[in-house]
Amino acid sequence: MAGVPKLPPYARFLGISAEAGEDGPLFRLPFAVSVMGRPHFLHGGAIAGLLEIAALGTVLERLRDEPGVSIKPINVTVDYMRGGRERETFAAATILRLGTRIANVEAFAWQEDRDKLIASARMTLMVRRPKATGEG
Amino acid sequence: MAGNTPSTFDPVAATRMVTSLGHNAAIGARYVAHGADWMELAIDYREDLVGDTTTGVLASGPIITLMDMATSMAIWVRRGALAPQATLDLRVDYLRAATPGRSVVGRGECYRLTRRVAFVRGMAHDGDPDDPIAHVAGTFMMTDAA
Repeated sequence: MAGVPKLPPYARFLGISAEAGEDGPLFRLPFAVSVMGRPHFLHGGAIAGLLEIAALGTVLERLRDEPGVSIKPINVTVDYMRGGRERETFAAATILRLGTRIANVEAFAWQEDRDKLIASARMTLMVRRPKATGEG
Repeated sequence: MAGNTPSTFDPVAATRMVTSLGHNAAIGARYVAHGADWMELAIDYREDLVGDTTTGVLASGPIITLMDMATSMAIWVRRGALAPQATLDLRVDYLRAATPGRSVVGRGECYRLTRRVAFVRGMAHDGDPDDPIAHVAGTFMMTDAA
């Protein structure tokens, strides 16, 4: 059974919650003025933040049985496809590869229709496994 | 300021406007400086923007937001007008973790402007511009162009 990752303060600041989904965690961002960009639209930075939280959270959830493991972003590319409207936004991520040191992840964000993405992100992450690498 | 923007566009007033509400206000973005085709904004360190509680390092999300805003405003500075535009894509390379406690300065530059598309790049640092924490590159679409 899939679980739910522990979210950092920044995710709580955005108002993101996570729940167990079929293929991994599902992330939810309610609309609020604090995530608004131009009037009536989501801020591109908040959408990017949601996609990053989804990518990181999904990898952390996959690694939950490995104590001491940590991940950090190397880079992210966000593609914006539609303006985010004043409604709830969802995000989920697919792990393309999870190696010893590097994870490649894709994250997707949508609103009312999962087939109509508002944005996607491709993210490269550094994975630090203290036992495997001897690093602290 | 060193800028010679041939217009009535006022980057200080524009920053005051775009940071007065919404997400830009929530992360506490503020004006630092600008030139003919660049804009510098900053955010201060805050615990509610942290991405990793064990290290206290800022999340990458607020840095993307800062850079989205700085590059977007750099286009307005270069165009000399606050015109509608949409981010097409934005890539961020996280060169190193931001130092906990320090403000982050984001500098955005519009290095090429066509009728429909603006090409931007930028960097973020937390005190020393020669030791950046992130580099960005992206494109925006002018939504008022025919």
